[in-house]
Amino acid sequence: MQIHITSSDGVPIYIQIVNQVKHLVASGRLAPGEEIPPIRTLAEMLVVNPNTVARAYLELERAGIVTKRHGTGTYVAETKPTLSRREKLKALTPRVDALLVEAGQLDLALDEVMALLQERNEIIYKEATK
Amino acid sequence: MKFPSPSSIDSVVAITGLSRRFGAKIALDDVSLYVPKGGVFGLVGENGAGKTTLIKHILGLLRAETGTVQVFGHNPVASPVEVLGRIGYLSELPDLPGWMRVAELLRYMKAFYPKWDTAYAAQMLDQFGLNPAQRLGTLSKGQTAKAGLLVAQAHRPDLLLLDEPSSGLDPLVRRDILEAVIRTVADEGRTVFFSSHLLEEIERVSDHVAMVHHGKIVFCGPLDEIKAQHRRLVLSFENTQAKPPVITGALNVSGLGKEWTVICKNTQNGFAAAATQLGARVVGESAPSFNEIFVAHAASSAA
Repeated sequence: MQIHITSSDGVPIYIQIVNQVKHLVASGRLAPGEEIPPIRTLAEMLVVNPNTVARAYLELERAGIVTKRHGTGTYVAETKPTLSRREKLKALTPRVDALLVEAGQLDLALDEVMALLQERNEIIYKEATK
Repeated sequence: MKFPSPSSIDSVVAITGLSRRFGAKIALDDVSLYVPKGGVFGLVGENGAGKTTLIKHILGLLRAETGTVQVFGHNPVASPVEVLGRIGYLSELPDLPGWMRVAELLRYMKAFYPKWDTAYAAQMLDQFGLNPAQRLGTLSKGQTAKAGLLVAQAHRPDLLLLDEPSSGLDPLVRRDILEAVIRTVADEGRTVFFSSHLLEEIERVSDHVAMVHHGKIVFCGPLDEIKAQHRRLVLSFENTQAKPPVITGALNVSGLGKEWTVICKNTQNGFAAAATQLGARVVGESAPSFNEIFVAHAASSAA
């Protein structure tokens, strides 16, 4: 599990960890049931405060991305998280907004953006479905 | 004496109303801060802001003229044995006797600390790649820092106190120091207090931060809260501004022409209204980095 932390923007470190783990799970680079590193190990690897890693793992657990098995470790959840459809769409809206604004500034039409989404979707999930 | 504040109960270090003068210069001006147990507390400030003076008070090297300093519930000047036995200290330039060999330094330091862990010291010696037979005077700057770090933590101190440990060191030695910080807090209940200019390092490893500027505490609290209290706004003016616009509540204004970036506190509710009055629109809003917050405060109080 490779995670990279940057301090150049204002995104809190625990959110950077949460987002990157979500990405690794969604793209299949972390498989269901796979163990993720213990808090202390990841903290030393990334050179960040263990409390920050603990907070990220707690968020991931709450979101149903990982499950903690008592006394053994933390694992990628077997089942997909159970968010309502509305909650899922709401979570994505700010990023879609940012994408559309940027596309507008680059003079790209909506169907060009849609085509790009299709293309990237095939590339990202080709790995996951193998 | 017990402290009235509830936040002092779990504090390893409790400082209230501490002031210190050196001649006409005010080095510390009514400083109060609490270092919670079990976390990393990062102290930032410019050169000469008062960081080292503050640390010397925690170590009991300076007596509090005004105000109080309590470490593990003791006054470090009155009870040096109780306090210093539980602290590991590394300064910017560890002052190690040059004629001594590394192995002799370890034996010498061991005599001071009943809780010295010989196996742990040997493990660090190996990990840091230090040669026990080498004389301290012939060590490089990075090796000196590692030797200093080794003797600062071989007794597994309850409080690891680092005064600008990374200044002038290469990234590999800095990483060793930060890993020591992480290992210390990962061991249940131990605490780290460290000062640094390297804001990225502070941001990565601290739970709590404080900034001292001209001897005064500018902010002090959980890092996430401090970050959440600040916003970075981009203002767009209709006309080119020759000089940085003066806006009430702005800590720092930077930019050129029609667009200016402003760092301000979240609590400034009337900020957008103040900007509108000047003929500007808020076109962007985001969270500033810790570095931007630091620079904004330093620039703001310098004005």
